[in-house]
Amino acid sequence: MATTNRPLSPHLQVYRPQLTSVLSILHRGTGIALAVGTLLLIYWLAAAAGGPESFAQAQELIGSWIGRLLLFGWTFALFYHLCNGIRHLFWDGGYGLELPDVYRSGWMVVTGSLALTVLSWLFGYFGGGL
Amino acid sequence: MAEFALPANSKPKGGQTHPVTGSGKNVKTFKVYRWNPDDEANPSIDTYQVDLDDCGPMVLDALIKIKNETDSTLTFRRSCREGVCGSCAMNIDGTNTLACTKYISDVDDEVKVYPLPHMPVVKDLVPDLTHVYAQYTSIEPWLKSASTAPERERLQSPEEREKLDGLWECILCFCCSTSCPSYWWNGDRYLGPAILLQAYRWIADSRDEDTGSRLDNLEDPFRLYRCHTIMNCTRTCPKSLNPAKAIAEIKKLMVERRG
Repeated sequence: MATTNRPLSPHLQVYRPQLTSVLSILHRGTGIALAVGTLLLIYWLAAAAGGPESFAQAQELIGSWIGRLLLFGWTFALFYHLCNGIRHLFWDGGYGLELPDVYRSGWMVVTGSLALTVLSWLFGYFGGGL
Repeated sequence: MAEFALPANSKPKGGQTHPVTGSGKNVKTFKVYRWNPDDEANPSIDTYQVDLDDCGPMVLDALIKIKNETDSTLTFRRSCREGVCGSCAMNIDGTNTLACTKYISDVDDEVKVYPLPHMPVVKDLVPDLTHVYAQYTSIEPWLKSASTAPERERLQSPEEREKLDGLWECILCFCCSTSCPSYWWNGDRYLGPAILLQAYRWIADSRDEDTGSRLDNLEDPFRLYRCHTIMNCTRTCPKSLNPAKAIAEIKKLMVERRG
């Protein structure tokens, strides 16, 4: 019997994306993004320690439109990972594991992290004098 | 490292089309994964047109009709046709379920039918379940006790018996395990939701006296802790059980016994 050449049935290619798996992948993705973002933070601190010239250069880079876009992405990554991390804490305690609760908390995390991201940036631009 | 793409020999290529016979007005298209071990070819996706006016309401009815009337080579497992045996578990319209309890009318467009995901294929829609059965054996799914056997049955209070509800109903169709990305990438060592729900079924049983060594067996970075609470298992279970919750209960017991 030819059993060695058995094909592997399709998986990612055919499985329907759904809130459960998409939010899980997003959690992993934002975690990786945050780890990479830490390198940028170190660069910024190192530039500050390096003197006024290197700090001004770093400020220019981070303040450019692409720098701000990246920072906006990292802000969302931070809040999503934080909110979903709290969701995971509840799960680890054995709470909120029924499917309707999973969907409810999933959408709460999505809207909550988007709202926190936008609020942070509004505060950054307009709330500086507070 | 997880392999996200299919191996070269597993990529579906081409496929035959079987048009509807007769003058059917209510025609539904089924796209079905095919692979024949006797051919030296890759899997293919065959297209079958089925007259729904002359067909039962479930996806399994359509598959049986295709096998009876159009293409007798189409191979799939089925037995009870009422959701109690778990034989006809497959991937329909992108999620795992039982063909016998899945309404054709629940699928808006073409009905795409694949074997359970990320499994070695024996033929067409039949996956090789050898590995999951071996994993099932590894959790020793039977009552174990050290105390002397009583004269009569081992009794349980209604409350103790209630703890088994939501666990005993599992029919081992493996829809959940094969919906779990973590099981896809680490199925060689991770037990997966179906087996872990079964493991918890014996841990939760008041008559079983082997909880300690059952937990010892699961205390492993892979066997238990590859569960990342993705929740695809609970989302897809055709019996509406909650494997993710059973796994969470095992994890809680692990923490509790550490004190």
